[in-house]
Amino acid sequence: MLYDYCIIGAGVTGTAIARELSKYKAKTIVLEKLSDIASESTKANSGIVHAGFDATTGTMKAEMNVKGNPMFDELCSDLYIPFNRMGSFVVCLAGQNMDYVEELYQHGVERGIPIEIIKDLDEIKKMEPNISNDTEAVLYAPTAGVISPFKLAIAMAECANINGVEFSFNTPVQSIEKLNKSFIVDTPTRSIQARAVINAAGLYADEISRMIGDASFKILPRRGEYILLDKIPNFLNHVLFPVPTKKSKGILVSPTIDGNIFIGPNAEDMESKVDLSTTVPGLDEVMEGGKKLVPTIPMGESITNFAGLRAVSDNNDFIIGESQVASGFFQASGIQSPGLSSCLAIADTEVELIKQAGFDLEAKENFIATREKPVVFSELSWEERAALIEKDPRFGHVICRCETVTEGEIVQAIKRPIGARTVDGVKFRTRAGMGRCQGGFCSPRVIKLLARELGKNLNDVVKREPGTRYFFGETKDFRKLNAQPAMEEREE
Amino acid sequence: MIEKECDVAVIGAGPAGLAAATEADKAGCKVMMIDRDDGLGGILQQCIHPGFGLIEFKEEMAGPEYAQRYIDMLPNTNIEVVKGTMVLDMTSDKEIYAINEQGIVKIVAKSIVLAMGCRERTRGAIKIPGYRPTGVYTAGTAQRFVNIEGFMPGTKFVILGSGDIGMIMARRLTWEGAKVQAVVEILPFPSGLVRNKVQCLDDYGIPLYLSHTVVRVHGRDRVTGITIAKVDDAWKPIPGSEIFFDCDTLLLSVGLIPENEVSKKAGVKLGKTNGPEVNQFLQTNIDGIFAAGNVLQVHDLVDNVSAEARKAGRMAAMSAAGTKIPNLNDGDSVPLVAGNGIGYVLPTKINMAIPDEFVGESGLVKLSLRVKKPVNDQYLKVKNGETEIYKKAFKYMRPSEMILFELKPEVLSGIDASQSLEVFLEPKEVETTEETTEEVTEESAESTEGGE
Repeated sequence: MLYDYCIIGAGVTGTAIARELSKYKAKTIVLEKLSDIASESTKANSGIVHAGFDATTGTMKAEMNVKGNPMFDELCSDLYIPFNRMGSFVVCLAGQNMDYVEELYQHGVERGIPIEIIKDLDEIKKMEPNISNDTEAVLYAPTAGVISPFKLAIAMAECANINGVEFSFNTPVQSIEKLNKSFIVDTPTRSIQARAVINAAGLYADEISRMIGDASFKILPRRGEYILLDKIPNFLNHVLFPVPTKKSKGILVSPTIDGNIFIGPNAEDMESKVDLSTTVPGLDEVMEGGKKLVPTIPMGESITNFAGLRAVSDNNDFIIGESQVASGFFQASGIQSPGLSSCLAIADTEVELIKQAGFDLEAKENFIATREKPVVFSELSWEERAALIEKDPRFGHVICRCETVTEGEIVQAIKRPIGARTVDGVKFRTRAGMGRCQGGFCSPRVIKLLARELGKNLNDVVKREPGTRYFFGETKDFRKLNAQPAMEEREE
Repeated sequence: MIEKECDVAVIGAGPAGLAAATEADKAGCKVMMIDRDDGLGGILQQCIHPGFGLIEFKEEMAGPEYAQRYIDMLPNTNIEVVKGTMVLDMTSDKEIYAINEQGIVKIVAKSIVLAMGCRERTRGAIKIPGYRPTGVYTAGTAQRFVNIEGFMPGTKFVILGSGDIGMIMARRLTWEGAKVQAVVEILPFPSGLVRNKVQCLDDYGIPLYLSHTVVRVHGRDRVTGITIAKVDDAWKPIPGSEIFFDCDTLLLSVGLIPENEVSKKAGVKLGKTNGPEVNQFLQTNIDGIFAAGNVLQVHDLVDNVSAEARKAGRMAAMSAAGTKIPNLNDGDSVPLVAGNGIGYVLPTKINMAIPDEFVGESGLVKLSLRVKKPVNDQYLKVKNGETEIYKKAFKYMRPSEMILFELKPEVLSGIDASQSLEVFLEPKEVETTEETTEEVTEESAESTEGGE
């Protein structure tokens, strides 16, 4: 079968492009090497939609961020993605570089972003009571927001899928052959022929690019470690950044869209594209960074820590558009911060560039811009809950006690388009296992529901990739094979 | 919405809930007991090891047997058991909102006993660095996998934390044919009961590494090994002291936290144990809301949970019947302060305005505490201002063993209510040698088994 477009990578960039392309009469497939949407850089991301003053003037990063930020309202409303424009502060502490803050302010003004500098500590404290007393000024950008990066990617993938885009998981690309007017994309399980290829392969975008002979950039993985705290109502109201450095926006402290607090990320250049481990010095650095902005941050409320890898290109900018080397091969590479903020703009721009390259894209009349609203039981009123349980008693059965996720929601997450197939898949779609007990209570129950709904044995249920199963067989079989004689018998 | 009314609502049907409910029922109250599970007994259902009931029933039994003794009492009571029902909200007016497969249940109670138990601390709470593969579980989750689901969560284990569940799981997993490579404890002493160290680790030759912690989890998809290291006095890993263990699973037994999400919704004030602050009547800052069992403080013996919960059940019944039981904030209260060597002490306050019903009643003011670290030859003392009102000698005290003692009515009647009560340790002047220390460790292990 000949596809029109083959997108490599199902992170936030790949899914945004997939959704954009699904507005047109085209046959599109997304290949993902891992087992679900948003399984790599996207899932360990700060979840901030930046206002857009930060990136250097003249870069794609700056252009895409400024263009992308306002696009979130409509998309999130169409796809029922929780999004909160809570605003951000760049916090300038005593003795820090106020000139740079002024410079950022100028960027904001030039780019038409609502922005102001607040120097009155009383006013700042009114807005953010727990901010450091050493705060000299903040750069306030009211249009910055928080979002769940994986919910965003999953929603866009679902929408693309409803509109005909195919997704193929556990499908790593091994080679790409350029034919006259098409490409052959080879994977261990299938071969795809497509008229155009879009490289949204994140950390591996340079390797994919090299497969068609374009070695114009290199991806340098940069690790960021995070600490996630429990939900602390009314503790923070804005995204708090330190004064940024050239390398990163620094260690921020922010509420998440779900009401938790996160601290991070630090920034460490890595050799490895797979080292997602957290480290003692890294977590210490994150903790110290957080305490500078919010000295009273309750570290005892930490519920987990994790690391992500940013896919930084060696020219330190986004690479978007057709490759110089191979016509029909489009880059969406080097997408690191502000990649999430820019993903909608990148998708829009990429499709424009595809059109300009001579691919005729004819708009569909029947594009479905929305999707079925996922039930989030914990957010419903008592009346809505009662009505729902009456219709389907599975919504009266709480599986995840910390986040109040019901059996009904978990079954729904499995049965939706691009449904959950793994325990993490359920977690990222429903929040089951994301609370303060980190799945201690619900994971045995979620494993059983997955087995039941997918018709699998418990042994075959996995956390994420095929190597992440939970069990080594039933106890009765295991005991027969391995058990040592009991103490008394040995003594006899 | 299904609306119900009762005198006493008990949230949780584990050992605390069962004891509180049966006691309130005895007093003639209309009692409702609500639990999220379809089975009764709470965590006892998966505790299939022995060691329960020595005080309560004067015999040793497994967790499910212990629970069954109480469950068997239920048919002879008027308790309405509401199973498979999760309480989501509670107000200070004692309205409970819960859900089950039939719909929303609203329960309006005259008084409430909080008996929700506790949950395990997780990896995130203690910040173990490394990858995030499968094969890292809390000991209780692994216990459920093995004892309830009947599936093996691993073949070679390292266990972090020498809490009771961790040590009990070390033995269980060994019995099931798995290899337990090591139990690792950051403290210089085991954090669970001595009898569990002896019976679950020593008897099976499982090494216990004290003053060590996990410094790295290896394996991207599944755990492939664990590196531990010795720690200094500030709990910082000492470079060069690393030991690598080949294993596919890491269990965490790093502490329990009272589960008070619902309590917080009603505005119940929480204290040092992460459980509600209570006075000697086990009443919180809210009239008619009482707490008992692991939701209040993490116990080491279920027998003590039952005893504490019976008292809460009785108080809740009296409160529902119209007796004004002083709450935490009512006047005439003397705060109890944890002094030298004491981790925490409960109750938070002792109310001196004792209702007529209780005047002269012995056993009313029971104090429970844990020491901060293991100590030998100490006096446990209580002073009121500068006046010593209680003194008891202890040869050994360990954080793993909760200490319970009573302040008798005649002692309390004479105190100065304007001064606090401080509970503290004072070293006893004795000659000790290394040898005798060893000897009495064993003896202490025995006495723990006998209970208080």
